[in-house]
Amino acid sequence: MTNTENLVHELVEKHGRDRNSLMPILQGLVSQEKFLSEEAMIAIAKELDLSAADVYGTASFYTFLDTVPRGKNIIRICKTISCHMRNKDEIIAVLEDQLKVKVGETTHDKRFTLLTANCLGWCHKGPVMLVNDEVFPEVTPQKAIEIVEEYIKKSN
Amino acid sequence: MEQLQLKKVDIIFGWDEKVTPIDVYDKTIKKSADSIILDMIDSGLKGRGGAGFPTGLKWKFTRNEDSDAKYVICNADEGEPGTFKDREILDRVPEKVFTGMAICAYVIGAREGYIYVRGEYNFLLKSLQKKVDLFNQQLAERKSDFTIYLRSGSGAYVCGEESALFESMEGKRGEPRNKPPYPTVSGYNGKPTVINNVETLVYTCEICRMGSEKFKSFGTFDSRGSKVFSVSGDTPTPGIYELELGMPLKDFVEEFADGDAKAVQIGGASGHCVPRKKFNETIIGFEGIPTGGSMMIFNSTRSMYNVLHDYLEFFTEESCGQCTPCRVGCQQLLKGIEAVKKGEKSPTYLEDLKKLTLTMKIAAKCGLGQSVANPFISIVDNFKEEIIY
Repeated sequence: MTNTENLVHELVEKHGRDRNSLMPILQGLVSQEKFLSEEAMIAIAKELDLSAADVYGTASFYTFLDTVPRGKNIIRICKTISCHMRNKDEIIAVLEDQLKVKVGETTHDKRFTLLTANCLGWCHKGPVMLVNDEVFPEVTPQKAIEIVEEYIKKSN
Repeated sequence: MEQLQLKKVDIIFGWDEKVTPIDVYDKTIKKSADSIILDMIDSGLKGRGGAGFPTGLKWKFTRNEDSDAKYVICNADEGEPGTFKDREILDRVPEKVFTGMAICAYVIGAREGYIYVRGEYNFLLKSLQKKVDLFNQQLAERKSDFTIYLRSGSGAYVCGEESALFESMEGKRGEPRNKPPYPTVSGYNGKPTVINNVETLVYTCEICRMGSEKFKSFGTFDSRGSKVFSVSGDTPTPGIYELELGMPLKDFVEEFADGDAKAVQIGGASGHCVPRKKFNETIIGFEGIPTGGSMMIFNSTRSMYNVLHDYLEFFTEESCGQCTPCRVGCQQLLKGIEAVKKGEKSPTYLEDLKKLTLTMKIAAKCGLGQSVANPFISIVDNFKEEIIY
């Protein structure tokens, strides 16, 4: 078995073969592999006795279940109104400049993917930045750069 | 009409150290399920997620269903832009939420409860799991067969809609179901289910602690009790505040705005935008404009075109795509205001777009598509020149 198939098998053993287990299994894969590959979705379909199209249908519905390859660290900047009012555009611009990518892209070294998000639930402390599952409220352009630098250090 | 002044209260976060949530549970389950339901109905508590369905009735309907399995689900899929109160509640007083769930489980006869937390709040899960484990242990010590589990969402606003949330928990696309049947009859796994918002469950715990008479003494006849408001936008004091329901918007603006407020969006992106000229006459509560708690303040430096554009972009992206009125309607509204702004369409086209939102209100399958008319019409009617020029 490949690494992905092994991982799918482990997750299925942990969460069960019931359809209700599909979301935790998909989430487990994304947390390990950063996206849901075709191979992973086919393996899940086999284990849960579902069609692969059905698995893809669920996977492609959710923002946090990526079906295209993402970087090791996923940065999401909230783009909805309160963060917009607090200059989220400046944060996006400074990150695009630092990472040399546009929103939606992944850096060449696959360390970072830069995305926007529809409300992260910190409207009183915008602009807010989510790196993987870690939240950074009231981000300034300088702070955004430092956060990314910290992540670079951690992954070195 | 009964009218209150703005009054801050501290029920949810003001801890009386002598009484812990599990004490409230112990005290409450000495009473019969029917008498707890009567207390809930008597308290006048309406759901705090936005729809405002009477909580006691929801519990009663589910209790009355005959089924081998029933569920209690805590809806923590808080995704409305401008709303962040449930995160704060789950972070600061989760045991009160668990207690509300456990009392509900006792009333309706459920053995399993789930807290569906939005994916954006994954950072809460680790500490929340520890607290859930501890609470489950306390329940087990009391010979209760009820257990609470955590489930994480994966970033879909529509999953806050109760039937879409069930679909998501069942491993499917989070698309709303046709209603009826309602969750009290057929919810998670097709079984009778009580699904309550985080804040609603906290208040059920508080009602059991303080009694329905005391709870009723807060708020107005139509809007019993207090509620947690998320205040953001052009305010020097953004944050969450617990206030009595039924206050005039004028008082709210005086307390929280920066002195230059021209509009307040009540109830998040799907709510109503109230212009300055209506601050005096608008009541925040079920007798006026009900709200899930989001209050976004805009001052005179803000373009209401940009505000509406942001909301429409949000709805366009978050529409689940299942029903045409919502999927196509949201896109057409967004394109429509852009075309008017660019002069590609005449300003009278806004009237056509308003008709489209009314069609969405009637024909969309769930609250997402149905509620787009609220911000659209209230912003277009009150700030027409900002949309056109």
